[in-house]
Amino acid sequence: MRTDRLTAVERAYNRRLVAPLTRRDLVKTVTVAAGAVVFAGYGKSTVAKAQGNIRLVQWYHQYGEEGTQDAALRYAEEYTTVNPNVEVEMVWVPGDYEATVLPAALLTDEGPDVFEGHVTQALVDAGQVVPLDDLYTPEVRADFHPNDIATATVDGKIYSVKMVNDTGVLYYRKSLLEEAGVQPPTTMDEVIAAANTLNSGRVKGLFLGNDGGITALLTLAPQSAGTDILVNNEIVFNNERTVLAYEKIRELNDSGALLVGAPTDWWDPSAFTGGLAAMQWTGLWAMPGIREGIGEDFGIVPWPALDAQGVPVTFWGGWAEMVNAKSRNIDAAKAFVRWLWIENTANQQDWNLSYGFHVPPRLSAAAEAEPLKTPPPADAVRYFYENGKILPPQWTPAMGTALTNALSNIVKNGAPAAEEVAAAAQTCEQELQRLLG
Amino acid sequence: MAVQSLQAAPVPVTAAGRRRDREAMIAFWLFMSPMLLGLIVFTFVPIVWGFLLSFSRAQNTVSVGDFIGFQNYVDVLRDREFRRSLITILVFTAFIVPLTYAASLGLAMLVNGVNWGRGIFRTAFFIPTAISYVVASLIWRMSLFNGIPSGVANIAIYEWFGIENPINWIAGTDPPWYWLVLVTVRLWLQVGFYMIIFIAGLQEIPRSLYEAAWVDGARSGWTTFRDITLPMLRNTTIAVMLLLFINAFQAFDEFFNVLGGTAATQGNRGLARPPLVYLYQVAFQDADYGRGSAGAFILTAIIITVTVVQGRLFGFGRSA
Repeated sequence: MRTDRLTAVERAYNRRLVAPLTRRDLVKTVTVAAGAVVFAGYGKSTVAKAQGNIRLVQWYHQYGEEGTQDAALRYAEEYTTVNPNVEVEMVWVPGDYEATVLPAALLTDEGPDVFEGHVTQALVDAGQVVPLDDLYTPEVRADFHPNDIATATVDGKIYSVKMVNDTGVLYYRKSLLEEAGVQPPTTMDEVIAAANTLNSGRVKGLFLGNDGGITALLTLAPQSAGTDILVNNEIVFNNERTVLAYEKIRELNDSGALLVGAPTDWWDPSAFTGGLAAMQWTGLWAMPGIREGIGEDFGIVPWPALDAQGVPVTFWGGWAEMVNAKSRNIDAAKAFVRWLWIENTANQQDWNLSYGFHVPPRLSAAAEAEPLKTPPPADAVRYFYENGKILPPQWTPAMGTALTNALSNIVKNGAPAAEEVAAAAQTCEQELQRLLG
Repeated sequence: MAVQSLQAAPVPVTAAGRRRDREAMIAFWLFMSPMLLGLIVFTFVPIVWGFLLSFSRAQNTVSVGDFIGFQNYVDVLRDREFRRSLITILVFTAFIVPLTYAASLGLAMLVNGVNWGRGIFRTAFFIPTAISYVVASLIWRMSLFNGIPSGVANIAIYEWFGIENPINWIAGTDPPWYWLVLVTVRLWLQVGFYMIIFIAGLQEIPRSLYEAAWVDGARSGWTTFRDITLPMLRNTTIAVMLLLFINAFQAFDEFFNVLGGTAATQGNRGLARPPLVYLYQVAFQDADYGRGSAGAFILTAIIITVTVVQGRLFGFGRSA
């Protein structure tokens, strides 16, 4: 740098930069830097500015679809526009959101005011969420599917408002099935046969996730056998049908026709669109991505029935908004939830349909959803309403871990299925007793 | 003379001396207190709290109070998956400790033996130490050892051995290739660090010992390695072994990330679940902080016991 051309201001600035750091400067710098690190906080947060005296913190898990984060921020800003005295800080939380980050945050006084998740008996018993019954007028309540009310209800009170409904379907490549003379499967045996026929070694028959479907089919498999997991505070899966369903998952894994070890997992359609597998189990949310990848060369079915005594199934999933019981502004938080997910059907349509495909939870909003009116999405919505299965709020992660361990032992280690299912049922029983106290 | 001048002169007890003492004391506490405070707040308090939690029923809460005696400890020890996790970590230790020891000592001797470019080799082998376990695990899982034909390992077996069907490196059990993935990622990450320690150890050995051996007729190679190098590296070996054992028992990152980190794919975790992944699931996922703390104290007790036994066996702290 040629110093002779520098202006006086620049020279002064340079002197400042090279001036020896005083102790006070050092302390100041270190304090500011440490503060920046500490207060950078968690995830990316953006505050919708308001003159407001009320400030709400709203947490989302990281959605995969492009544009969702901006949409969530836009909703928060819109709320401040209509309610100038409330500002909403939207926090987008990456990582293991519901399994670890959220539960830890809810233990503290610094958790979010409003957050998405799933209502559980444990959350309610620990007094971490507030009932939202007053948001559900009779008309509002009638406009939500009974499944969305059931999964939100503990001991007769409703604790969440459904924001987004998710479901899964079995996608298949039409051209590959036609070429191989394979019909879309309607039973588990047909799934196994189709996967084997379609498997050419380098293009696998079916992709159920990198654990061979242990997570994806954990509860769907027994449900497809006509039994269930947890109904009316009873563990009901300990029976021959579950054992048979799990043995079939082992048979499928042992056949070598499954794709395992793909760079992405079952919730992402890349393995299917990239031609790594002829069929894949993934969400309705992935349909726009699949269309972009392979056009209309795909068909969908629900997860097939185990056999003639079984039923086709899919999961009734999604996310629901709750209000933290430790919030200092519970009423404001409730008002925000009502505005965003009950009154504001335009935003609900946008959230559910503009970024990936989901079913808007308001039945009236779902009925008006243009993109879902024609097949194949219309078929997926029909499977969702007809075959969607729920898990009640009494189902805990610990029960899920016990059942996952059982199925993993059956599939991976060839453990006797009946014993594993019985042991898992016993663990789940104990857990349920402990929960219901 | 030079030696004498290094010895501190006795300080006469004067007012000035007392002031210097007081200033030294103030300086000592000024320098130490941030560190001590941090240690108390972030280490000692959590340990005591965790200990109390381990005797409490604490689900979805971290408040101490609902005491249930040793029930959490009994629950953990009764859980088949916890006992299995101990076996998993023993198997892992049995692979990783001797492998790292042999590989890092071998590398150290090679690097120490070259006359040209020692610094380059030393740096090249040390660099992986600076890489995050999470990043390395993801590269191992998604790029090197994925199960599709275009994975690096699958291309290699196709090119070298003509095996056309891609191997399912991570989720397969017959044979359990996942051990190869788990062991190699840690080996690659830590071998450079232990190599540096061994190089330091090797440079401490006086050349005169080798020269004397040469005069006595011992030729360099296996004999001098066995009779001079290894015995002279005894203290380094003990330190390295202790670190390797403790690190292996605390393995988490590569198991968690290679076998599926998020809640959406948990079916592979059961293949090889070390105690820390087990405890993570119990405490943070199942939100049973009481039982998680109990498991943590059981694991701590095991690590301390192994370390003490190991120290006794190798004679840690005894002079050579």
